Amino acid sequence: MSRLFTLAPLMLFLGLAYLIPLAGIMLQSVTTPEFGMQNYSQALGDPLVWSVIRRTLRICLSVTAIAVVLAYALTLLWLNGSRGMRVFVELAIMIPFWLSVLSRTFGWLSLLSNRGLINTWLQSIGVISEPLTLIRNEFGVILGMVHFLIPFAVFPLASAMRDVDTRVVLAARGMGASRLRIFWQIFVPMTKSGIIGAALLVFVFSLGFYIVPTLLGGGRSVMVAELIYLRIFQIPNWGLAAALSALIMLSIGAFLVALIKRTEGTMK
Amino acid sequence: MTVSLKPGPVTTAIGALTAVFLLMPLLAVIPVSFTPKRYLSLPKGEWSLRHYEALWDKPEWGDSVLLSLQIGVTAAVLATLLATAFCLGFWMLRPKAGGLLAGIALLPMLAPPVVSALTLYSFLQAITPWNSWVVYDGWLGVVVAHTVMVVPYAVVILMVALSQVDRKIDLSARSMGANLWTRIHAVILPNIRFGILSAFMLSFILSWDEIGVTLFITSVKAITLPRRMWMGLRDNVDPTVAALSVLLIVLVTLVILGRLVWEHSQKAE
Repeated sequence: MSRLFTLAPLMLFLGLAYLIPLAGIMLQSVTTPEFGMQNYSQALGDPLVWSVIRRTLRICLSVTAIAVVLAYALTLLWLNGSRGMRVFVELAIMIPFWLSVLSRTFGWLSLLSNRGLINTWLQSIGVISEPLTLIRNEFGVILGMVHFLIPFAVFPLASAMRDVDTRVVLAARGMGASRLRIFWQIFVPMTKSGIIGAALLVFVFSLGFYIVPTLLGGGRSVMVAELIYLRIFQIPNWGLAAALSALIMLSIGAFLVALIKRTEGTMK
Repeated sequence: MTVSLKPGPVTTAIGALTAVFLLMPLLAVIPVSFTPKRYLSLPKGEWSLRHYEALWDKPEWGDSVLLSLQIGVTAAVLATLLATAFCLGFWMLRPKAGGLLAGIALLPMLAPPVVSALTLYSFLQAITPWNSWVVYDGWLGVVVAHTVMVVPYAVVILMVALSQVDRKIDLSARSMGANLWTRIHAVILPNIRFGILSAFMLSFILSWDEIGVTLFITSVKAITLPRRMWMGLRDNVDPTVAALSVLLIVLVTLVILGRLVWEHSQKAE
């Protein structure tokens, strides 16, 4: 009886409001407008859609690489820097993390737009005469996404770095290893699980993202998630939107399975 | 111990620049919020408070704040209740299909936001003709969608809280003849009260900030605060969003500083 009162409400709620409609969308990807794989052949065959998929992969991979490298240095400083530095870094991680993504994106617009801080400043000191195009292109999208995702990369890295056995580092130093060698041959390999976890997390998050690319890309560097939004609300094509959703779901599922396999492997 | 891992000059430089990079756009909002113009620009000589006044004078901003509060509190209460019941059942009964049940509970968090948005949009479209409360572009519709999106986070927090409860205290309560209800409300719930509070707070904040799904399921009536900010960013950038962002940045900074000071005083004791 207690099973019904405890487990059932959430399962019924999610089943009704989430699982059934989700299954419906997956089904519609092969039945709208008629039964068949036409939506998938369009998603993978249409050069326009295919270029969006290629751009999505290119942007997401760049964002992942940049965000993880920057987050690695940031996390080292957060855990091991001087006292004042640790407080400063903690604020720099936490304030953006808890702030609405829209306020953060507005910040980038304030910095990068034609009448923004950077262009106004460069023009006032006479370096440029015409404003530089810093947003409504891939550069702006990558900058905004890296900014959004760094805090998410910090948390798995921090947990891996806290687990490093510092005696190993001391031993290496005692045997005369240089700082550089300790970093590349000891510290980085010992935090490998954190690096892989952070990279997978950032990559998976970036794939399904559409708020930042829509606002900073200005419709010129459309990514898959934004294309789904456009195919629902601007040029409706429900079947294609459903097929693209299924493809994103599938690729993220594959990455999550890889992540779970990996954590199981390290726990054994 | 940490001395041996002290970051070198290169790491310190990259890390510090990254920290500046994270804070830079937040600082850039401040001058823009004082511009006298009606478009995104920097104040030249003359600084104006008109965009702060607009937040106060135009009723739509206040309405959106109230709507977001109402939706956030309702969704957080629902998510916390559902997640607490689920996690209690999970912990006490240890169901056989536990992996599957947990997977279902966490799915909205793992699925890409745009897929969840499309899913909840099609759900609300489907049930709108059948009732007059939980509808597309209605506040209860947003509550249901937000509850779906935030409940996995509440489940994670409560699972962690329960994993730290010693099962022996529940067993001894049981062996002394406590019935199920007494075990729950007198033994287990008091032990996870901080977990319940954190689950509620996080659910509220996630709903308060939610935009990805909200954009799909509202159009003209249920305009939450993030939705209104989106409208002020999408076409012509409205500096009122800068004024609002400054207020939000100040609020978040105060809460985080307050927490840091509180943690510090706890350590000192």
